[in-house]
Amino acid sequence: MRALLQRFSFLLMVLAAIGLMMMTRVDPVFIDAARARVTDAFAPILGFIARPAGAVASVLESGRQLTALYAENQRLREDNERLRQWQQTALRLEAENNSLRGLLAYKPDPAASYITARVIADPGGAFVRTLVVMAGQRDGVRRGQAAMAGQGVIGRVVQVGEWSSRILLVTDLNARIPVVLETTRQRAMLSGDNSDQPRLMYIPRGVEPTVGERVFTSGHGGLFPAGLPVGIVAATHDGETRVTPIVDLSRIEYVQLVDFGIPGGLAAEAAQPGAMQ
Amino acid sequence: MAVGIWQRLDQAGRNSVPFSTTVAAMLVGMMPLQLPDYSFVAPPLTLMAIYYWAIYRPDLLKPYMAFGIGVLQDLLAGSPLGMSALVYVLAYWLVLTQRRYFLGNSFWFLWLGFALVAVGAGAVQWVAYSLMTAHLVAPGNVVAQALLAIVLFPLPAWCFSKLHRSLLS
Repeated sequence: MRALLQRFSFLLMVLAAIGLMMMTRVDPVFIDAARARVTDAFAPILGFIARPAGAVASVLESGRQLTALYAENQRLREDNERLRQWQQTALRLEAENNSLRGLLAYKPDPAASYITARVIADPGGAFVRTLVVMAGQRDGVRRGQAAMAGQGVIGRVVQVGEWSSRILLVTDLNARIPVVLETTRQRAMLSGDNSDQPRLMYIPRGVEPTVGERVFTSGHGGLFPAGLPVGIVAATHDGETRVTPIVDLSRIEYVQLVDFGIPGGLAAEAAQPGAMQ
Repeated sequence: MAVGIWQRLDQAGRNSVPFSTTVAAMLVGMMPLQLPDYSFVAPPLTLMAIYYWAIYRPDLLKPYMAFGIGVLQDLLAGSPLGMSALVYVLAYWLVLTQRRYFLGNSFWFLWLGFALVAVGAGAVQWVAYSLMTAHLVAPGNVVAQALLAIVLFPLPAWCFSKLHRSLLS
């Protein structure tokens, strides 16, 4: 009798779990709210645990750097030299650009504002590519904002709690970012598939992206501002083009959430986190 | 007077060790370690904790607790709600039916059992996720995760058994 009861209770729980999976499809908004609440509740603990992890990571990192100190120094010196020249060019171009804009009465995009947040969890697992950061609604984070680290886009905000939020990385199965290729100005969709290198989709026949070419956000769909660097074309074969994200996604300590003043683009709503799993 | 309040508190604290270590294992598993490619194959510490306690103290880590921890993990990790819960309940069930083979035998049996559970858990997750997204996910990460979990199992298991011996016997 007891064994029967036990078997029944297990069966019940299995069914409940399957029911929960169904419910994500039926009422994603409710589930999203629940996720945000729970993440909020655990954010302080996760933030606390993340601190020693950060310390360990930086010790490992500095050990790794020590071995390559000399070569690194050499490289940086050369880089610096080259970048100084670029800086001159950039300044000249900026001045020229400003004067030309003045001539055209060009209306610039609204200025972007940034929210910087610490990464407190990298829940990972084999199926999702997300980060949890310590900034939320009260810090001005909104769903759909672009997330950047260093110099490139890493993903977008898909869930916002009171003081924590979740970022869907560009490599996640559900990530789609409208992009444009640097040289051909060809539009495409950068589509994650849980591998390290997302794919470029919807490139017309005949357009052959070159390896090493950079990929920028195109600004279509109103989700991201145009012209943010996302990645570099890594390889193309059999019509499949892979892009290496410009930022090393496994080493992100801080992210910048970009609010560029376009209130909730269309795509922000289309990207309900029911589809986020 | 039978037992004092302090004694009872002490006992309650000790009895909550399996549950609290499992939750702690889940949270530690989410630590951003910033190792390249680590988070995709991070060993499922929660599964290890559930496996260990389901074998040694199923009276203190009840099946519904495994279910609850699974739901909590899904909410926190952003994975499909119910997926981890399903995996943990199934793992618990499997362990409970095979418990007498693992208990009392050598550590090798415990390890072997976990290997079976880890592979099974990976398979269930993979099938569930592929069905949910209607998309055949590349199984590479799942396989790597299961292998890493099997290799690393002795370390967490040793920690659990230390806690087990010092606090619960």
